[in-house]
Amino acid sequence: MSLMNWIDKRIPFSNSMKLHVTEYPAPKNFNFWYLMGSLAIVVLVNQIVTGIWLTMSYNPSAEGAFASVEYIMRDVEFGWLLRYMHSTGASAFFVVVYLHMFRGMMYGSYQKPRELLWIFGMLIFLVLMAEAFMGYLLPWGQMSYWGAQVIISLFSAIPIIGDDLTTWIRGDYVISGATLNRFFALHVIALPLVIVILVFLHLIALHEVGSNNPDGIDIKKPKGTVKPEDQAQYKFHPRYTDKYDIVDAIPFHPYYTVKDIVGLVGFLILCSLVIFYAPTMGGFFLEPPNFTAADPMKTPDHIAPVWYFTPFYAILRAVPDKLLGVIAMGGAIVVLALLPWLDRSKARSIRYRSTLHKVNLTQFVISFIILGYLGVMPATDLYTLIARICTVLYFGFFIFLFIYSKNEKIKPLPERLTK
Amino acid sequence: MSNAPVDKGRRRFLTVATSVVGGAGVVGAAVPFIASWNPSAKARIAGAPVEMKIDKIEPGQLVRSEWRGSPVWVIRRTQAMLDSLPLVENNLRDPDSDEPQQPEYAKNKHRSINPEWFVAVGICTHLGCSPQFIQRDFGAMEGVDAGFFCPCHGSRFDIAGRVFQGVPAPTNLMIPPHYFIDDETILVGEEEGAA
Repeated sequence: MSLMNWIDKRIPFSNSMKLHVTEYPAPKNFNFWYLMGSLAIVVLVNQIVTGIWLTMSYNPSAEGAFASVEYIMRDVEFGWLLRYMHSTGASAFFVVVYLHMFRGMMYGSYQKPRELLWIFGMLIFLVLMAEAFMGYLLPWGQMSYWGAQVIISLFSAIPIIGDDLTTWIRGDYVISGATLNRFFALHVIALPLVIVILVFLHLIALHEVGSNNPDGIDIKKPKGTVKPEDQAQYKFHPRYTDKYDIVDAIPFHPYYTVKDIVGLVGFLILCSLVIFYAPTMGGFFLEPPNFTAADPMKTPDHIAPVWYFTPFYAILRAVPDKLLGVIAMGGAIVVLALLPWLDRSKARSIRYRSTLHKVNLTQFVISFIILGYLGVMPATDLYTLIARICTVLYFGFFIFLFIYSKNEKIKPLPERLTK
Repeated sequence: MSNAPVDKGRRRFLTVATSVVGGAGVVGAAVPFIASWNPSAKARIAGAPVEMKIDKIEPGQLVRSEWRGSPVWVIRRTQAMLDSLPLVENNLRDPDSDEPQQPEYAKNKHRSINPEWFVAVGICTHLGCSPQFIQRDFGAMEGVDAGFFCPCHGSRFDIAGRVFQGVPAPTNLMIPPHYFIDDETILVGEEEGAA
């Protein structure tokens, strides 16, 4: 291993691998929900690779964009596959990210000391939404165009500077080739770079504080409090064992890499089913109006964003005032980021929390899903009423949580991980 | 090398001065990057006024043109349409056009220079969709057949582009600056007498 020696003297390769992969102590009780993080990384890699290949045939101009997407679909060898991998990947990204976030809410993974880890995650979510939104303009179809029109107009709700700000964002008085070009630049260079950096920070923060687990209790005990035979019988990096006695942990590699691969195979099968048999997913992943080229003179009869934005879009529509609607939509995301400070419970995991909390989290999930459904539907009187109720329940989750979590009656926490 | 004691005050002054000058440099360097996002000279020229011929428009007909990339409507209103204007006033958010969504010469009940001719930017003031021109069964209230309905979020406007209450759009439709060059032509995008 003299080559390895040579490298390690110049860059800490072996040490980093041990620190973050082969000797990283992960709780032994990870379940299905803990697949989502690594799946998200796989999807990110898929988006970057297929994205680079798509740029090779795509033409970012108002005149050529729509035709070049058709060219990719019909004339470029396997272009259809690359594009469907990219478009399905975008939806898959949000599927795993939403599940990943729900996992964090279920097991209290945002609680101290993981606040910053959660904040980095929320920033990734935010940038990911911007990335997806800008990517959706690029095919320059009707829904690309009018969806972007609606979203950019949100900024015009800001008092005084709103109108100038929207003109500045568009680079024109309407959405035009100038907008398309800058969105292309942001979509393929700027935002992916930001996302990769944030993912890096997310992982560094994770490994600094250690992974949470379905029991929500610590696997790192104060040094010297656990008998050697009760400690986890694996070699972990001294960075972890110097300060703590570690119990109920296994090294990330090979144990969780192997587990994640099993999950990954299942996930890729599901993705393949979509890519090969239902690439538009019945209009949810690729919307029908987007198969018509953008026409600034004609608004489609019904504008709905792609499914992953619809819960927030439904909140926007539920408020009968433009500025307040935009504030409510932004607030719906901000309030999630504040979870570490809103939840004051002494237990992390839902396993040991009160029935009240279980009911509250359940109603939150149901409200979120109903909002997501309403966001794709036209706004009728009945739907608007339901959207308003669900919006109140959405924000209610956080308010209730803040109130009852302080003195929440929790079940006794175990000393060690259960199963 | 001198062994004189460190002059903390002087060091602090130099640190602050360097930071301030560096900060100003960063702000200055940011200007071109931010300003380059503004509409280019080409886009500004494309925002020039447009002429619209109105001599062939029938009563009740809507004709579209494009100004600054937005649809501009000219509608030759029928007497029935004009008669419906007072009927809806109680259901409007801003029946007297107090919000500055129109030039002074269109701040009146019919929101136009000449009651018959209605000129407006066909962009919903909620989130920028283009509303539909409805000529019958508008559905807002009894006896009012015509108006504008935005399919995106259900905003309604009367036949003078005035927004109804209880819809997401906050203000009346925008009336662009315009004037009659002669009986057959409207110039959209410029005030009468402007250079």
